[in-house]
Amino acid sequence: MPISNLSYRAVFLLVLKRDLTIALRHKDDIVNPLLFFVIVVTLFPLGIGPEAQTLSRIAPGIIWVAALLATLLSLDRLFKSDHNDGSLEQMLLSPQPVFILVIAKIFAHWLITGLPLILIAPLLAVLLHLNEQSYGALMLTLLLGTPVLSLLGAIGVALTVGLKKGGVLLSLLVLPLYIPVLIFATSAIDTAALGLPYSGQLAIIAALFFGSLTLAPFAVGAALKVSTN
Amino acid sequence: MPVNQRPHKTSLISATNLTCIREERLLFDQLSIEVHAGEIVQVEGPNGSGKTSLLRILAGLSQPFEGEVFFNNELIHHAREEFHQNLLYLGHLPGVKGEMNAAENLHFNLALHGTTNDAISIEETLAKVNLTGFEDSLASHLSAGQHRRISLARLYKSVVQEMPTTKIWILDEPFTAIDKQGVHALEQLFKVHIAQGGCVILTTHQDLLTFEASQVKKITLDYAFDENSSVDSSIE
Repeated sequence: MPISNLSYRAVFLLVLKRDLTIALRHKDDIVNPLLFFVIVVTLFPLGIGPEAQTLSRIAPGIIWVAALLATLLSLDRLFKSDHNDGSLEQMLLSPQPVFILVIAKIFAHWLITGLPLILIAPLLAVLLHLNEQSYGALMLTLLLGTPVLSLLGAIGVALTVGLKKGGVLLSLLVLPLYIPVLIFATSAIDTAALGLPYSGQLAIIAALFFGSLTLAPFAVGAALKVSTN
Repeated sequence: MPVNQRPHKTSLISATNLTCIREERLLFDQLSIEVHAGEIVQVEGPNGSGKTSLLRILAGLSQPFEGEVFFNNELIHHAREEFHQNLLYLGHLPGVKGEMNAAENLHFNLALHGTTNDAISIEETLAKVNLTGFEDSLASHLSAGQHRRISLARLYKSVVQEMPTTKIWILDEPFTAIDKQGVHALEQLFKVHIAQGGCVILTTHQDLLTFEASQVKKITLDYAFDENSSVDSSIE
């Protein structure tokens, strides 16, 4: 047989490399959500005033809400362009498992949008006078939480990808799903500011991460099949 | 009816009692199709008669309202991997990314479908679709016809071996935006493919010029317009 069966790892790397290549040649996808994140966070000190005490009190919430919105803004690119040019159909018709294709695309999305957010977050935390003890908690919650945002968001995108104007519907579908991550992440950062252990909140975010990592790709695969029907 | 091959017992792809409803309109009803190795099937019908819907149902992209599609007498959803290895579906959209160049696009499309390929064979295949010199051009700088040629290049790659890598070709308007010589070359390619034991199901508004009328099996979809004149479909 001339068909070579690619290993799951090879398929994963193939799709990952493709998505990263496309993103690097289309830099708006990386830069725009990041700029949005920075601008939203900087608006708060301007609007509320520069008192360090007020800002450090609301800093975790601001950073996390801005991260949610920036992720939401970038979600559309996950499947939309592939759907519009027909490559999504070709992926679904390939002999490779949809699970692997989907998880590679989501991982690429996180590398493009989630990772830059994590890297720039400490700078913005300085701007908001975040309590010094909270930096570790901020980074850890972002590291565990942003993949959850990409994974859960992918379900929403897969459901709305066939619609002409799915943008608002997407935010209505996805934002409620982000609430648990937001609650536990900000709670962990606040707890850290008091110098108390926050491993409980982290464990719950980690559970959300592993739960969505294992289940979301199936939901996305099923939703994509419905969307291309 | 097999044309230039000895008759095969089992059909490569078959469908029973397909019913398709779109926007509360019945496009076809109780349509049964059998396609054997060595056959070329042309789906005909006016715009909006359900040609694309039929092809998408056969490829497993859309669900019929009623009916089943079989590959080697197995339901396509049960034999997904095997069916997809043998299926080459090209729809209206070429599936070409503007941010990647011609060679990268072809490489990805082939690798995704499990065909081994290296830089030289990619170049050779692109040469067959007259894209020599465009390997490194980003697809967004190429024309619609050239996009289509990139996606059609997979057909050429499929017939280079003695046995076709993909037996079932489902092609939705493959000649769109292709020039005359290109259409001629494609028809020759179809001949090689069916001689190797593959089958072709396509829609096109042009006649296949180099095929004799008896070689091409036709399915006419005009159920939505006239209930009594459906050829090759069993209507209850």
